[in-house]
Order: sequence, then C-alpha cells, then structure tokens
Amino acid sequence: MALGRLVGRRLAVGTVILFVVSLLVFGASLLLPGDAARAVLGRSASPDRLAVVRAQMHLDDPAPQRYLAWASDLVTGDLGNSTVSQEPVIELIAGRSGNSLLLMAIAALVATPLSLLLGSWSALRRDQLADHATALGTLVLASLPEFVVGIALIYVFATGLLQWFPPVVSTTMPVLEQPSVLVLPVATLVLAVAPYITRMMRATMLEVLDSDFVHQARLNGIPERSVLWRHAVPNAIGPVAQVIGLQLAYLAGGIVLVEFLFAYPGIGQGIVEAVNARDIPTLQALIMLIAAFYVLVNLLADVVGVLTNPRLRTGVA
Amino acid sequence: MSVVDPTAPLSDHPRRMNAGGLQVRGLRVETRAGVAVVDGVDLDVPAGTVLGLVGESGSGKTTVGTALLGGTRRGLRIAGGSVLLEGIDLTTLSEVELRGWRGSRVSYVPQDPTTALDPAMRVGKQVREVLDCHDYGSGPDARAQRVTEAFGEVGLPTDGEFALRYPHQLSGGQQQRVCIAIAFATWPALVVLDEPTTGLDVTTQSLVLDTVRKLTQQHGCAALYISHDLAVVSTISDEVAVLYAGSVVERAPTEQLVHRPRHPYTSRLVAAVPDLAGRRALTGIPGGAPSPGARPPGCRFEPRCTLAVDECARGLPPLVPVADDHLARCIRSADVSPAEVRDRDPEVGRAADPLLRVEGLSARYGKVSVLHGLSLDVPRGTCVALLGESGSGKTTLARTIAGLHRDAEGTLSLAGERLPFGSHERTRQTRAAIAYVFQNPYSSLNPRRTVGDSVGRPLRVLRGVRGAELDRRVGEMLDRVYLSSHYAQRYPDQLSGGERQRVAVARALISEPTLLVCDEITSALDVSVQANLVGLIEEFRHELDLTLLFVTHDIALVRNVAQQVAVLQAGAIVENAPTERLFTDPQHAYTRELLETTPNLVS
Amino acid sequence: MSALVPPAGDGGVTAPVAGQTPGLLRRSLATGRTRAGLAITMLVVAVAVVGPFVAPGGETAIVGPPNASEVPGLLFGTDVTGRDVWTRFLHGGISVLWLSALCTLVGVGAGLLIALLAGYSRTWVDEILMRTTDVFLAFPAIVLALLFLAIFQPSAWTVILTVALGHAPRVARVMRSAVLDVAGRDYVRSAESMGLRRWSIRLGDLLPNVTGPLMVECGLRLTYSIGLVAGLGFLGLSGLAIDQADWGLMINEGRTAFTVQPWPVLLPVTAIGLLTVGTNLIADGIARAAAGTDREVGE
Repeated sequence: MALGRLVGRRLAVGTVILFVVSLLVFGASLLLPGDAARAVLGRSASPDRLAVVRAQMHLDDPAPQRYLAWASDLVTGDLGNSTVSQEPVIELIAGRSGNSLLLMAIAALVATPLSLLLGSWSALRRDQLADHATALGTLVLASLPEFVVGIALIYVFATGLLQWFPPVVSTTMPVLEQPSVLVLPVATLVLAVAPYITRMMRATMLEVLDSDFVHQARLNGIPERSVLWRHAVPNAIGPVAQVIGLQLAYLAGGIVLVEFLFAYPGIGQGIVEAVNARDIPTLQALIMLIAAFYVLVNLLADVVGVLTNPRLRTGVA
Repeated sequence: MSVVDPTAPLSDHPRRMNAGGLQVRGLRVETRAGVAVVDGVDLDVPAGTVLGLVGESGSGKTTVGTALLGGTRRGLRIAGGSVLLEGIDLTTLSEVELRGWRGSRVSYVPQDPTTALDPAMRVGKQVREVLDCHDYGSGPDARAQRVTEAFGEVGLPTDGEFALRYPHQLSGGQQQRVCIAIAFATWPALVVLDEPTTGLDVTTQSLVLDTVRKLTQQHGCAALYISHDLAVVSTISDEVAVLYAGSVVERAPTEQLVHRPRHPYTSRLVAAVPDLAGRRALTGIPGGAPSPGARPPGCRFEPRCTLAVDECARGLPPLVPVADDHLARCIRSADVSPAEVRDRDPEVGRAADPLLRVEGLSARYGKVSVLHGLSLDVPRGTCVALLGESGSGKTTLARTIAGLHRDAEGTLSLAGERLPFGSHERTRQTRAAIAYVFQNPYSSLNPRRTVGDSVGRPLRVLRGVRGAELDRRVGEMLDRVYLSSHYAQRYPDQLSGGERQRVAVARALISEPTLLVCDEITSALDVSVQANLVGLIEEFRHELDLTLLFVTHDIALVRNVAQQVAVLQAGAIVENAPTERLFTDPQHAYTRELLETTPNLVS
Repeated sequence: MSALVPPAGDGGVTAPVAGQTPGLLRRSLATGRTRAGLAITMLVVAVAVVGPFVAPGGETAIVGPPNASEVPGLLFGTDVTGRDVWTRFLHGGISVLWLSALCTLVGVGAGLLIALLAGYSRTWVDEILMRTTDVFLAFPAIVLALLFLAIFQPSAWTVILTVALGHAPRVARVMRSAVLDVAGRDYVRSAESMGLRRWSIRLGDLLPNVTGPLMVECGLRLTYSIGLVAGLGFLGLSGLAIDQADWGLMINEGRTAFTVQPWPVLLPVTAIGLLTVGTNLIADGIARAAAGTDREVGE
C-alpha cells in the first residue's frame, strides 16, 4: 500500500535526521571551552573533587563511547542531572513540557480554524476592500517578531492602557490554577503563526479558484456553493496542511521568546535559563526534545498532505 | 421554434428534439478598458451539424467559445451581439438562469483534460454531479443509469470500477472522453469543443473525433469545434468559419472553403498546412496577426495581404455572401485564387556517404530504458526525419546525438570519427559541427541575454571570435534568418514565438555546423509560421550543404521536408525508408496506422 | 520523452517566463505598498544612523534617578541605571542594523552557494547537500542559535554566524528549487552543448535567472534577521558589551520596570516593529513584481 510505504519512509528519514541531530548536539558540547567538571564545581574546586566528578561524568572516556552512553541514556529516559540544580533533568522537563504543550495546543487550536476561515473569506472577496485589508494586516503581523507583539499586548492589556490580564506568570502556583495568565502568551503565538496560514490559505484558494477544473465546473453549471465546497476546498487543503504543520512546528521555536517574556515555566524558558547557566545536560535534553517535536509535526503534515492528495494516496493505475 | 424555460428542470423535457441550433450575431467581447478581443462574430450551427471554428493563436477563438456559454475570462466582458439558442438569447439571461443552461443546454469540452477534471474527485462522481445539479431525469436511479450510459457512449468501460477512478489514473485520451461524456450527459442543444484533441497522439485523436461526430448526430445537437488545425477541423465539420484577429473572415461548407477559398487569409492558411499527399509546396504567411488594441481600422489582414488595395485600409469590410452558403469579409474576394497546387518535385535522397552513423544505440534514464539498440544512417546533405509520438524516445535520440544525454551505449560516429556521448568529452570541433534547435522557443533562449549575445555565444565559445568581428557575424546571421541586425539589442521577451525560433536557428548555424538537429522545432508555432521556418531551414540546407535530422510527430510535415524517414516506436526504429516510398508503400503496421488516422486537408 | 508542448490560452504558444529582472526593482516600486515599506525602512535607518550624532548626551552617562519616567529636561526619562532613555535609543539602532545586514548577507550568500551547487550537480552532491540542510531544518532558527551561543561565547561574530546558519538551509531550499527550474530550461542545454564548464553555466545562465527569488529571499531574511538579532539581545545574548546601547538589550534591561517606566522598552520595540514591517513590505513588493501575479511571500 502506497500510503504505508510512504509513511514508513518518512519515519525512517525522520529517525535518521534525529540521529544526526543528536550527533550534532552532543558534538557541540565537546567544543565547549574549558572543563565541564569545573563548570559544575566552580573555580575553587579541589583537584580530588574534580577527578571524582570527571569520573562521574565519564569525561575521561573517548568521545564515541561517551556519545553511546549519552544516547542510550537519552533513549531510556535517563537524562542525567542538571549541573545547576543537581536535580534529574527528566523531572525538570516533565513539568515544563506539559506547560509548553498546553500553550502550543491552545494556540494551534485557535490559530488554525481562524486563519483557514479568514484566508478563504479573503480569497472569495478577491481584490475587494476586505481582501486588501486582510492581506495588508497579515503582512504586517507576519513581519513582527513575537516579542514585539508580546510587549505590545502586555502594554495594551496588562500594564499600560488596560489591566485585564496579568503581565507575567506567578511562580508560586501551577499554570492551570491561573488560566488568565495563558491569554496573552496564547494571543502572541496565535498572532505569530496565524498570518502565515491565512496568507497561504488565501493564495492556495486563489490558485484553486483560478484553476481549469473550477472554471470547467462553472461552465458545467455547478452552483457556486458546490464549486467552493466540493471542488475548491478539497484541493486547497493538502498544500495548506503542509504550511499548518510548518507553522505548528514553528511554535516550538516561538515559545522560547514568548515564554521568556511572560516568565512562563515551559521548555522555552528552560532553554534560555540553561544557556545562561551553561547547564549542558539540560540544554541537550531540551534541544533534542524540540527537534523530535519538530520532526514529528513535519511528518504529520506530510501524512496529511498525502491523505488529501488522491494522486499520492492511490498511486497510478 | 418553441421557447423553452431555461430554469425548468430537465426532467420535464427529456431528450427533446434539439431543433433550431445556434445563431450568433455580432458578438463582441471586450476588455474592461473597452478594447475588443473579438467583434463581428456571426455563426450559424444547425442542430445535428458541426461547425469548425479555425483560427491561429490570438485570433480569439477560445473567447468566442466560452462566450457561447455566457462566460468570459477574468477581465473580459460580453459587450454586444446576441447568442440565440432554442430561441433564447443567452446574453440576456441572468447569472442564475445562465447557470441553469450551462452544462444542461450548452456544454463545453475543454482543451486540456488533465487540468479540467477535478484531481480530487472520482470521474463517475464528476459526471453524476452535473446530472444532479441540473435535476436530470426522474431520480437518483435514472441518473446513475445515465452515468453508465454516458461512459458507454464515449467508449469507456461501463463497469462500476472505472467510474471509481481518479483522473490521474486515466490516460490523456480517456480523460478527454470523460470530459466529452460530461458534456453530452445532459443531452445539450449545443456542445462547444475547444481544441479537444490538442496534446493527444494522432491515433487517439482520431478515436476522439469519431466519438464526437457520432454523438453529435445521435443527440441531434449543434457542435462548435474550435481548433488551430485546419486539417483536423476539415475532417469533422460540415461547415467551417475562419477567425482572424477577432472577427470571422470567411464561412462556407468545408469542401468549398478548402478548395475554393474566397478570403486571402483562408487561401494562405490552406497553403501553409502540410499536405499529407505531398502535392503542394508549403508556403507561410509573412508577418503576424495584430493583437487586440493594435488592429488596423480597415481589413485586419490588409497589412499582410498581397491583394490589398488602398480601399482595403478604409474600414472593416462586411461579411457578405459570395456564393451559395458562402460568406467572406473581403472586397476582392473574386480575385482570391485557391491554394496553389504547385507540383512539388519530390527530391530523392542522394546516395551519399553517411555523415552521421548510429549503431546499436541504447539509452536510459536511470532504470528506465528508452532506446533499445537502434541504428540509423544520415546521408550527407539530406534531411532525415525522425517520426514518433510522445514517449517514443525521439528526443532522447536527438539529445544523445547532440551530446546532451550521456547514459547510453552503442556507437555514434560523425564523418567516420567516433563520437563520445557527453559534450564535455567531445572536441571543440565536434561540438561546433553538431548544432541543435530546441522544441520550445520560450525556454531555449536565456531571457537575461540579448539576442545578439545568445546568437554570438557559440562563436565566442567554440571558435574564439570576439569584438567587432563577432558583432559583424551576428548581424549577418540575423539578416540571413530575416530578422534584421538591429534585433541583436533586443531581449527574447520582446519577440514572438516565430521570431524566437529564428534566433534559435541563427544561434545553431552561426558556428557553421555540418549537422543540424531540429527537435520538434515547429510544434509550438502556428502553421503559417511553421511554413516560414521550414522554408528557412530548407534554404540553409541547400546553401550550406547542411545535413538535417528533423525530429517531429507530424507525419504530414515529414512529407514536405524530408528525403528519408525513420519511424520510431517505443524506442525502436520500426521502419526506415525514402520518403516517397514510405508514403506510397508503408511496410509496418504502425506506419500504416499513422497514415490512415492523420487528418488531411485535401481529401 | 518529447511531449508535445501543450499550447496555452488560445492555442498558440506557451506563455513566456515571468519575472525579468531588468526593472524588477523599478516595477516593484510602482506599488504603493513597496513605497510605504521603503519610506518606513528609510525612516528607521535614518534614526539609527543619524541618531548617535544628534543624541543629546553620552550613551553611558548617568543623568538621573533610575527608572524615572518624568525627569525635567529628559524626553523619555531614565532607564534602570539612571541613563537617558532618548540618548540610548538614538545610539542603540546601529548595532541591530549592521548585525542583521551581515546575518542576511552571510546566510543568503551561503544558501545561494549551496543552491547553485546542489541544484545543478550530479545527484549525489545534491543528495548530500540537501540531507545536510534537512538536519539543520530540524531546529527552529532560534533554538539552533541558542545551542551555539551556549557553546561559544556570545559575540558579534557568533551571533552573525549562528543566525546565518539558521538562514542558510532555508534559503538553500527555496533557491535550489528556483535553480532546478532554470536548470531544466533548454538554454541551459544549449550552453551544455557548447561544452561550457558547469561553474560558468551556473554564473552565466542560472544565477542571472534566479535574481527575482534571490531578492525576495534577501528581503525576507533581513526581516527575520532583525527579529532574531533583536530577540537575542532581548534574551541578553547578543554578545555586545553590557553597557552598550542596543535596542535589543534595552528591552531586556527595561522589562522588569516596564510597569513604572515603559519607555526604555516601548521606544526600541516600536522601532524594531516598524523596521521589520518596512523590510517585509519591500520583500513582498519585489515578490509581487517578480511573480507578476498575486502570489504571496511565504516562509
């Protein structure tokens, strides 16, 4: 079956990519100037203590061996301890990844239908005022970096003009117990990804509405509603699904700045903290996590693309 | 003539007699700026007959075709005239009323079935959808039955499995049959067929034409068959209308139009169509048709016409009767002579030594084998045609010879010397000795180089000519292809297709090659331009003692250009004979099939 | 292999290739949006370039109490250490500008090089290059930058190289498909039949015919560079000296006191926002002119 083979192949490619990514992430830490053990213990550490920690961290083993040890730990979920807090990295990640997933899931659920509707609506009003306004608005929003949008939202809705929502997340209680803190980060992420999906949906719909088969359907007297829902939309979904996938994967990068801005306790904030503290085990784990998510979402987008395209789904008879 | 309510469901009058047919008067379609794309279009198509509408590119024939369904391309609008069908003027209908007509009383068969069928919908569903939205028949059962029937009428399988396929699972010919099935499914009064066989091989084309002819008679409907190909039109139409620069210039029963044309353009057009019987010499029409907005105030053909007098430039002449059932838009129609049957003296291939010798050549793309050990001799100073349908491997053979395809085995030799496969392994002399003219004039010239730069490049690269000498020779070469030397400063996008192809010929010939490979060089051009280009190539062959390998799918053209023909099918040469013998005494079944199915103008 | 060219439109010839670059910039300037984009960009660039010369004081001078929004004689008050916000704003644009310009130049240049190599090569070179870009595409650009900034000390050069490293595979992807399209055209076959070397075909035939998408990529990547460079500054990772005036750093320093003194954040945020909108409007204008249609800029 063509579909199974295709998904299998993409899955294999994704695995290979993740393997190379892990080499890269691990290799990068080898380039770290100075001694990782000293980084853990600080400058005043005694030579004996240093030697013990070096042995603990397997720093004296050859690099390939250390990679294998690290990679097998990674696969089994043993991610080592943070060099800052000394807690197991896995615990640190568990809470944070839940928070980040929540943030991304809400953003995706809001952004996707919103932008599909807006994009189609704009395409159907081609060259009218509404279309031009949508095009210009999404272009402007697509240009703005997330932190610019986030700060603007904070100024308008939290600290400056209105005081509707808290500007940052309180660290004393779980995120779910303070749902109002989710509003602004979610809004920021939605404004970051929705413009791209909207523009893609509009462009794809325009292309499909201009295609020969839509023209032919009209010449066959098919009512406009059927032309739209039976011919145009099914053919526009495939290419747009790819862009949606890309944009959702993009969220994985977008959360870095947004979480930092809102002091949101997620993966993105964790990465920034790990970079600042040079907490390499935590950083490696978080980056592998994001890469895995990225590859997985792209894979899903591919599969949706295949499912919506009969040419790929059925193969040539 | 009974007036039919266009919005009434079809079920009220199934299979009604399509009496009356179509009358079009003074149809005018213009741009938003008010520039006419077509005007002065008068057509009559009685029920049960086929009217052929012939025109070259830019004549406005597709615009006329869609206007008959009350539609236009984006940016155009129907500005005047009437389109009468079953007593109702379609131009007066509202958008909702028109939608009720389209696909039920008037239907349209598109040019390119590969893009006109919805790729995401099963073909049976696409037929059914049209029946559903026009409330065809008594109910769902009747419609399901009609879908099967419609497939049967066009010779497609009527089992349920076929209806479940997606368009990409069908061949080009099958896709076009699905489009035809959709068009005829609702028993329309008028079917507009817009170049439905362009892009199909001749054998498939002939099947599609048979189907259309049969269905038109069976359904008793009027059909408008639009094409650039007068030969195709003449085989299917009862009457032919010729469209030039947006207006009908002549209309007559087919035989009469071809044998006794009364408009100079028609007469020249007939002369430009390659004759399968080989009795006429090809002659092109110099110049090009004026585009909308740049049309002369008088007769639009006047600038290119050899019969033109001063009066021709004063106002568009009316379309007037010149004989029974024969209309022409020309004040000098009495002086128009039929296409000259100049006795062509078929040139017999000289028994010369082969310049190019191909022995046991096989070629592949990756794992797919395209050529299977074929051998071919091209005698010095002659033109050898390589005839084959798409997918036969003819372009691969041509490219391998030119050093553009390296994945090959066997031997190639030029004037007795062995040729390596890749152009990089060949000597500079060999590269200069073999020149290539490509099929598509829009992709063979670098849009970022001036014409002079492109033409001079082989001379610079292969012969080391530079500076003033280079400019002089480029200018000379451009003069020789009848494009004066000031074309050197232009860019390709400022040129027409025919002009571009002349530039490509100039580029090929400037390094003074001994072998010229022409790969379908006329397939993107109008016949009148094709005839000019073929004439030009012929001139060069005589003057420069050039040897030609002429790759084409057009068997009629072959008879007019080549002394020897190699017929290629599925990567093997199935017949190789002197031209006259091939046409009078074909040996291979495939050659005979090609000869039988190719439409010919003068029957 | 020779399919009959399907005649487009009215049955004659295939449509000419759109996007001739002679006059591409001029044509893109004909639209109001591109002109608006250019005006906005020029305005911000002018502030950044002229700013240091017209700034009322020194960029590190302490002129008042910290985080005061209303200080007599100061337009926008003082920042977290009591320096003049307006002065620091005027000094702080130039670093964002040249850093993002260099990121774009290096990233697009590397991407173009990969594209020219991969899009017109024997298959294995193409395969290796494209699979390598796939690996780098498995990270969001900012995450890739953070990984490298954690390893190497943040400095202007590491910032430029890591941001460029994020751009290169994305540019390579887009440009490779443009190169592949051109490489399939017959004028490239014609050049091959003359025995020209591959690099002279790359530079003489391929490059001049992909300038349209290349310019679009430049504009697009410039927009992203500005966002990334300022974003890294916002995270405190731009590698600049700690007391240097920089729009990104200003946001980082000012965000804790945002409620009482918003100006150290609002001024640079507005400038960065305007700049990205301006450059993206230009990129969009070029893309429209190059496509000759209503096609859109996408990532």
